[in-house]
Amino acid sequence: MDGGGPDAGEPDAALVRARGLSKSYGAEPVVDGIDFEVRKGECLGFLGPNGAGKTTTINMITCFVRVGSGSLEVFGRSVESGAREIKRRLGVVSQENTLDPDLTVRKNLWVFGRYFGLPAGERRRRSDELLAFVQLDEKRDAHIRHLSGGMRRRLTLARALISSPELLVLDEPTTGLDPQARHLVWQKLRALKRAGVTMLLTTHYMEEAEQLCDRLLILDRGRIVARGTPAGLIAEHIGAEVIECYPGAERDVAAIAALAAAADHVERAGDEVYGFFRDPAAARALLPSLSGLEFVHRRATLEDVFLKLTGRELRD
Amino acid sequence: MTVFPFEWIRGAIRVWQRDYESWKDFATASLVGTVAEPIMFFLAMGFGLGRFVEPIGGQSYLAFLAPGLVAATAMNTAAFETTFGSFTRLTEQHTYEAIVKTPISVGEIVAGDIFWAASKSVLGAGVILAIMAALGLLTSSWALAALPLAFVIGVLFGALGMAWTALAPSYTFFNYFFTLVIGAQFLFGGVFFPLTGLPVWAVWTAWCLPLTHAVFLMRALVNEGPEPGLWVHAAVLGVITIAIFLVASRLIRRRLIR
Repeated sequence: MDGGGPDAGEPDAALVRARGLSKSYGAEPVVDGIDFEVRKGECLGFLGPNGAGKTTTINMITCFVRVGSGSLEVFGRSVESGAREIKRRLGVVSQENTLDPDLTVRKNLWVFGRYFGLPAGERRRRSDELLAFVQLDEKRDAHIRHLSGGMRRRLTLARALISSPELLVLDEPTTGLDPQARHLVWQKLRALKRAGVTMLLTTHYMEEAEQLCDRLLILDRGRIVARGTPAGLIAEHIGAEVIECYPGAERDVAAIAALAAAADHVERAGDEVYGFFRDPAAARALLPSLSGLEFVHRRATLEDVFLKLTGRELRD
Repeated sequence: MTVFPFEWIRGAIRVWQRDYESWKDFATASLVGTVAEPIMFFLAMGFGLGRFVEPIGGQSYLAFLAPGLVAATAMNTAAFETTFGSFTRLTEQHTYEAIVKTPISVGEIVAGDIFWAASKSVLGAGVILAIMAALGLLTSSWALAALPLAFVIGVLFGALGMAWTALAPSYTFFNYFFTLVIGAQFLFGGVFFPLTGLPVWAVWTAWCLPLTHAVFLMRALVNEGPEPGLWVHAAVLGVITIAIFLVASRLIRRRLIR
């Protein structure tokens, strides 16, 4: 619970409010009693490994999956009774490519705008604006199959914006894109953030979470295991700096012992050893005694937090 | 709930418009399938086979067969659209998923797709009716009512196809549907031969097929206009259509929203 913040008492400050939200398929809980809020104007990120329950939570917000138990309000309305009204005010970028392959780029936007009841003139105007915004002007009459993955994602983003949504929900918006395409999507999302669009996104890219999100919820096995700002999470769970070693020879044993003695916290994963330091000076003071050891000295990152909290074993 | 029918119809129309927009660009290719097949049947059976068949109830075989083919075409066109077409939109293309995340509901998607299928039925039926008019086979002005009837037939079999789509694990599952369900209607629904003179059990079996009622109605409208007994068949057709429509809508909702 992060209650007690300045917004907690104002019902209109939260666009999404979940209390004890759960969902199971059969006996398997996918989302297991989570509480959170999405506040107006912020970008909230759900960070978690595969199967953490990120997509299921998002799908409950977009009324695509029924709430199992607990309560979920979007724009102050229950998802059970207010689906149409909620969906009218949401913009959704799904994980799967859901663009209409039977239609051209421009018609994808026009037809989608009609689902929201936008008049023809407005659909045309918004489509032109949005195609310019996502840099797909020249592709306006192309068919979807002729677009690259990055273009499809940008078009999906434009499509989600056609109705000028109050909340933009993005499920892994850059998964599967190459770095160039990913940076272009981030650029667009930052522009939207500056324009005051409230966003909720899921990701397992730490860089994405760090760059875009004001606040993060780290999910694992359907539960929220940590929450806070990216910087706050790093400071709280890891500290300031990390020395990451790859010991090889016998003589490295002494150096590792020195690291273990000096660090606030040490973690081993396979043949790697991580020393976490709250005080950067302590890390720097240790460096001379590590001579001969293969190591990297770096700032603590969100990835350190993520791996510490969700473990290092593979999730499929 | 007071705004329900209005919202529902508006949503269904928007989905129908989506289907129309996507069809428009490939209309020529699609028209060949919708129109060419019934014309070939018409020529082969009516003119080819018809030469060896005695007149039925004072009618040439061609005149007997034609209204049955109108009804069968309406059935086939709609059933094809809501199986292969709708299944693709439901699964591979995630089109339904995209639409249901807008203010449109599952019921409206189902209705829009079925109404679109029925519109294609009207198109296919209309082509055969036009040929019949050119051949002088249409005598009563009631024949105009054949078009709305083709729409109803399209809704019925469109909904049946949609229900099958909701249960289908893969495209091969539609083989059963077209062989056992649609094929049985086509061969035994009174399109190719009259039911009079058949054993009682065969007649009753035929009346269990929805298409039999549709063919009966179509034949009456095209030939001499409504007669009192027709309202029973119209009522049967109406009730079956609404029931299957509701079932299809429910099944698709169950599959789409988990």
